[in-house]
This record gives sequence, structure tokens and C-alpha cells, in this order.
Amino acid sequence: MREKILSYIEKNSRIDLKDLAVMLDLEEASVMNELEAMEQEGIICGYHTLINWDKAGVEKVTALIEVRVTPQRGMGFDKVAERIYNYPEVNSVYLISGGFDLMVTLEGQTLREISQFVSDKLSALDQVLSTKTNFILKKYKDHGTVMAVPAKDERIMMA
Amino acid sequence: MRNPLSKTITEIKPSGIRKFFDIVSEMKDAISLGVGEPDFDTPWHIRDEGIYSLEKGKTFYTSNTGLKELRAEIGNYLERRFEVSYSPESEMLVTVGGSEAIDIAMRAMLDPGDEVLIPQPSYVSYEPCALLAGGVPVIIELQAENEFRLTAEELRAAVTPKTKLLVLPFPNNPTGSVMEKKDLEAIAEIIEEHDLFVLSDEIYAELTYLDRHVSIASLPGMRERTVLISGFSKSHAMTGWRIGYACGPEVIIRQMLKIHQYAIMCAPTTSQYAALEAMRNGDGDVAVMREEYNGRRRYLMKRFADMGLECFEPFGAFYAFPCIREFGMTSDAFATEFLNAKKVAVVPGTAFGSCGEGFLRISYAYSLEDLKRALDRLEEFVAELRERGK
Repeated sequence: MREKILSYIEKNSRIDLKDLAVMLDLEEASVMNELEAMEQEGIICGYHTLINWDKAGVEKVTALIEVRVTPQRGMGFDKVAERIYNYPEVNSVYLISGGFDLMVTLEGQTLREISQFVSDKLSALDQVLSTKTNFILKKYKDHGTVMAVPAKDERIMMA
Repeated sequence: MRNPLSKTITEIKPSGIRKFFDIVSEMKDAISLGVGEPDFDTPWHIRDEGIYSLEKGKTFYTSNTGLKELRAEIGNYLERRFEVSYSPESEMLVTVGGSEAIDIAMRAMLDPGDEVLIPQPSYVSYEPCALLAGGVPVIIELQAENEFRLTAEELRAAVTPKTKLLVLPFPNNPTGSVMEKKDLEAIAEIIEEHDLFVLSDEIYAELTYLDRHVSIASLPGMRERTVLISGFSKSHAMTGWRIGYACGPEVIIRQMLKIHQYAIMCAPTTSQYAALEAMRNGDGDVAVMREEYNGRRRYLMKRFADMGLECFEPFGAFYAFPCIREFGMTSDAFATEFLNAKKVAVVPGTAFGSCGEGFLRISYAYSLEDLKRALDRLEEFVAELRERGK
């Protein structure tokens, strides 16, 4: 049941719970209970909105920063990751296998704002060995959604 | 100048489904519940294989019967999903959609004067194809109280010494009706008793919501009397690729192949490569789409119940067939007024045979948001009609 609920709301978190219950052949109350339980268990971590800021005419710069760090005795990468993810301007932090350790995504108003964060805050951390900043030039697809105008229904009534 | 046309073709009426479409496409903010094809795009991995085949220059004819690998995979698929087995070498033919298969099966099996039993409401092409093949269509009017299933009594009453072929269009367009195993067993006896053949159009076989679809060919004694027709259009959202197939006894398939060979040559090569991918790696896509349709189907039935619109629960395809008799209007008048008043297009039941009078075909091959908007308007319309009738 949980997996079915999740797979619906992952695509549309604004779905009417009544409709969702009907579609899944469940009681509305039990869908609600499950949602609440999953929120509390940290399975559902938020209900965000996917925005195409370009379209909204708002300037935003997103950077993917590859960070190499020294793991700390007894704590591995967790402590340094925490130091980084606590900055509110940091969008996401992933531990990565391969040529570097942490992938940090950062959103800012300007290039300068981001480079300042990298030089003043990120690189200044003792455990950080090196950083490599990649700026996103264009978002084609985000969260499984193609950032283009939805296609028109071109189907013809004929079968 | 002489009349350039044949009598047979001029007497065939054009399909009634399209009637509203031209109005809808002109009308601003009109919405439609009239379309008879999936709203999903063909899954990307399937499209990708089609593209890849073009890149590799696979642009030649295939064998008349279709790519050998594709036939082998269709054989595996039918066995895996519906427990029927056919030899890819001699009992299978890849066609230009299920539509071509219907046409050539009729032409291969009918002599002038042979009667073809066509249960209605059903898809619009059986009657014209029977006529073009020189057959005599005999309509069996299915009943709402039987959930539009074909009963043994109805079949027995329609059989004459001239009856040769029974069309079995289940899961059904437009009613969403299915034939369960027990329903098929009941008619199988009569088919055998009267030495009939069956054209089983199973194009919606993947879209059933009660149990897995049962093919009549899987019943004892029926395989040798049945031409099973199916395709990729509805199951894998591949309508525009025009790709389907027919399976049946070698004696019939061999003759169908002759017509196919002379009229068509072979199904489109690109589509065949795409279909091959669909057969190899497409079961998961089908399951996801089926689950989505099922949710919408439940939503639709709930809305009908809430607005007090009578409708039996459809267990197949992506259509519901609600009854509008209470309003004392013909299906055509209802659909026309609904379109004019509320800008929603539906198809009158009569487009699928005169016994569809008093019903509408509502397709749920639409997103939940679209369904919701259209059903809100239907709810208003129904309430207004009831108010007027008081």
C-alpha cells in the first residue's frame, strides 16, 4: 500500500486524497494515516514545488561542486558533510564514489555569490582538500520532469 | 461517365466516431473523452530501438510474415501471458495493426453469402470488413443486463446453417466488457456444435482489471477454430506504429498470408524492430500503464455513482459505457447537446451499432486532471437535465 501511495504522490503531491483513495481502492482515512505515519518516520521528507526559474524571469545560478576531503577518525565523512550541509545556501550534499568525495549543489543569485561561498567557506574548512566548481548552464530535465512546455493532445477521435 | 464506384463500398456508411471531433478541434477550451487510444507515449526504450534500427539502415522489406525474431518473441509472449502457443514458422503473421488482420482474416475465410456473427456494440470495422469480403453480417445485440457479454442463448439464437464465423471482440471497445473463462466455455460448446470459426479480437487483452484475460484459443477444441488477433497499439501505447499480428491454424494463416503478401508486402520494418523491443523488455511498461488505467477507472465509476449515472463496472479496455436512458434523449442528441452546452466530446453508443442507443462511450485514456474537469462538467449537465425534466 505504501509503495503505491508513494509512487502517486511522488509525481503529484497535490493530488486530492479523496481521489487518491478511490484510485487505489482504499479508505480515505487509511491513506491519510499512512501519509502521516510516513511523514513521521521520515519516509516523506517534504512536499516541494519544481520551478522553472528561467521562465519565471528570476536569475538563479546553480553550481555542482566536487569536493575532496579528509575523512575524520571515527566519523568518516559524516562530520565534514554536516559542516557543509548546515549552510542554508547548500541544496544537497551527496557522498560519491570515484574521483572525489562529496558532491555539493548550491544555488545563488550570482556567480560571485557562489564563488564567494566556495572560497570563503567551503575551501576554508580544514578537512577540505580541493574543490572544483561546475556551473549549470541549462536545465533540461529535473526530478524526472522535462523542463519544456507540455505537449498538446494531438490525438484524433477515430478508434 | 459511368459510376466509378462499386456498389458494395458506396453502401458502407462512414464511421460515426469522428463526427464530433471536427467540432471539438474548432471549439475553444473544448475537452474530449472521446479518444480511443492510450494517452501515454510509446515507452522510450521502444522508440529508441525503432530509431536505432533506422540508424543501422534497417530500411528494407522484411519477410512477408514478419521478422523471424519478432514472431519468435510474440510466440514466447503469448505463452507467457495467455497460455496459448503458436508456431512462429507457420501459425503467425505480423500485420499492419490489428485492423489489417481483421480484414484479411475475413477475406481468407468468407465466401459470398456466408454469415458472420457480429456482437454489438463493438468496434466499427467488423461489419464493413465482412461486407467487403462478400460476407453477410448478422448482428447480435448484446444486453446491458448481461454487462454486454455474449451469452450462449444469444449465440444459439443467431446461428443459421449459413453461419460460418463469429467475431469475438473482448475485452470490448466501446463497453469495456470482458468475457471470463466461464462465459467463453458456455459459448465454446455452441461453436463446436455448429462447426463455426472464431475471429477473436484481443487487442485489449493486456488491459483487464479483474483477472488476467483468457483467450478463447486456450479452451479445448477452440484453437483449431480460432484466429487470434492482437497487436501493440493498446498494450504498449503504439497506435501510430501500425503493428499487430494474427495467430491461427496453419491452413488459415497460409491463405491470409497470400492476401497480406499481395496487398501489403510486410508490416513496416521500423515498427517491427520497435515491437521486438516491446516483446522483449516491455512487460513492466504494460503493468505500469494497466495500474494507472485501473486507478482512473475506479475514479470514473465513483464519479458516475456520485452523480447517479447508471453504469455497469467495466473490467477491460479503457472505456466505460454509462446509460443515459433516464433523460429520454437519443445518444446522439445527448452527445451533441453536451458538447454544445459544456464543451465536452463523448461518443454516442450508436456509433458502435444501433443497440448502443441509450449509452455513451467514455474513454479514460486521459490524465486524472482532464477526467476530473470533464466529469465536473458532465455532473453539471446531468443535474441540469434532471432539473429541466422535473
